[in-house]
Amino acid sequence: MKRRVVITGLGVCAPNGVGLSDFTEALHQGKSGIRFQSKLQALDFGCQIAGEPLIRDNILSDYFTPLQLRGLNASGIIYGVIAGKDAWSDAGLLSNSTDVPYWDYGVIFGSGTLGVDKFREAVYQVDNKDVRRLGSTAVIQTMASGVSAYLGGMLGCGNQVTTNSSACTTGTESVLMAYERIASGRAEIMLSGSCSDSGPYVWGGFDAMRILPRDFNDNPSKASRPMSATATGFVPGSGAGALVLESLESAKKRGAKIYGEVLGGEINSGGQVGEGSMTAPNSEAVQRCIKKAVENAGIESHQIDAINGHLTATTKDALEITNWSEALGLSGNHFPYINSFKGTIGHCLSAAGSIECVGSVLQLEEGVVFGNVNCEDIHPDILKTINLAKIPQKMIPFEPKVIAKASFGFGDVNACVIFRAFND
Amino acid sequence: MQEDEKYQKLKDIIQVYLPEDVSVSDIHPTSNFVTELNINSANLVDIVLDVEDAFNIRLENEDMDQMQTVEDALKIIDSKLS
Repeated sequence: MKRRVVITGLGVCAPNGVGLSDFTEALHQGKSGIRFQSKLQALDFGCQIAGEPLIRDNILSDYFTPLQLRGLNASGIIYGVIAGKDAWSDAGLLSNSTDVPYWDYGVIFGSGTLGVDKFREAVYQVDNKDVRRLGSTAVIQTMASGVSAYLGGMLGCGNQVTTNSSACTTGTESVLMAYERIASGRAEIMLSGSCSDSGPYVWGGFDAMRILPRDFNDNPSKASRPMSATATGFVPGSGAGALVLESLESAKKRGAKIYGEVLGGEINSGGQVGEGSMTAPNSEAVQRCIKKAVENAGIESHQIDAINGHLTATTKDALEITNWSEALGLSGNHFPYINSFKGTIGHCLSAAGSIECVGSVLQLEEGVVFGNVNCEDIHPDILKTINLAKIPQKMIPFEPKVIAKASFGFGDVNACVIFRAFND
Repeated sequence: MQEDEKYQKLKDIIQVYLPEDVSVSDIHPTSNFVTELNINSANLVDIVLDVEDAFNIRLENEDMDQMQTVEDALKIIDSKLS
């Protein structure tokens, strides 16, 4: 018998809002966090815009000790720690001040590449025959699990502390991994989330693939156009999102605020066979992932009120809509409301899933479906499948009870999670 | 450079690496970095780098092995400066 798992804390470090209240406000307003990046211009990037969280220097001392801040040059760790610690305190939890680890509390916090800027520093020193001067933090800032290691230590967690990595699926996968751990009775509280570094060394590879928009450098807020007929590629982003998942039993015992319930979901891969490849999704696998998620959640597809898609603003958006429609057996006016937050935050890569899961859960909390931006010209292929009214152009006061959120990533990997408003 | 000036310079370096429950006034010449000042042993390499920069000297691996206490560090600094 699986135990019920609820969400009791949220934290976020997003391009359009650092901290839960700023992010919530930004989603209400459809405020863009995509800005011109002079450093990308200086480096002759085709795409010179990005979604990068604006971190004021004076907040860092709230999250890190002066010693931890010395030589800290890993933006993903900074975002992850801000989001993770915020979620922890939002859940009413404290850092461990005893000598005994929190045996029942753990961390699953994903990353893509971590500490890229620190790694660059180290490469220069090593090539300069100065390896002896790397200092003690070159390893902990650049290991993939750096972010979960920092958080696990700051909070004093004694259950599983790990980092998952599955490209742009990472964040949603971390929620499902944390869910499984609690549902199976092996932990009471898990901090789930993910982060993604900022900067040219992370985004350059995508620019080289010619999959980023190049014609919006002087009009950044219009560049990310999920579901639009004029979408020309995704805008790179960065940041972190975090969710505290907790057994219903523990949440009740603590008298914690409950944002919603995780009903379950599914993770799979298309095996890079058929139409699937390293960089292209296998529709059969995507549909199977969504169908299984609905089945595992113990609901019927028509109960889904809203979908937060992966919808990156590439030519694949119409295919994603078709896959949702086929998987759910719903189309036209029977299709749920659907939105993508990438219009305002861009594609935050390994952080995308967790930032967007936070946004999805906020819809339960706020009793609304947040609007899409930059899709006043919906792609005609999408309108062949679903009704125009199902793609809100601004926030609508419709209270969703069940929300499906999916993320897809390079490597032909998929994750779909089902959230429900809490009902005892 | 006067001895007390060197000592003060070294204390300023060490201070950064002290855990929250150890204060600057706990630093004495005989203090052991790891067992008494509770400094994370991984940070000893950072102290060595800071000492190199502050005194414009270079410490070898053997010097670092011998650097158990504040006094040890002062002695090594002296020998490099002389």
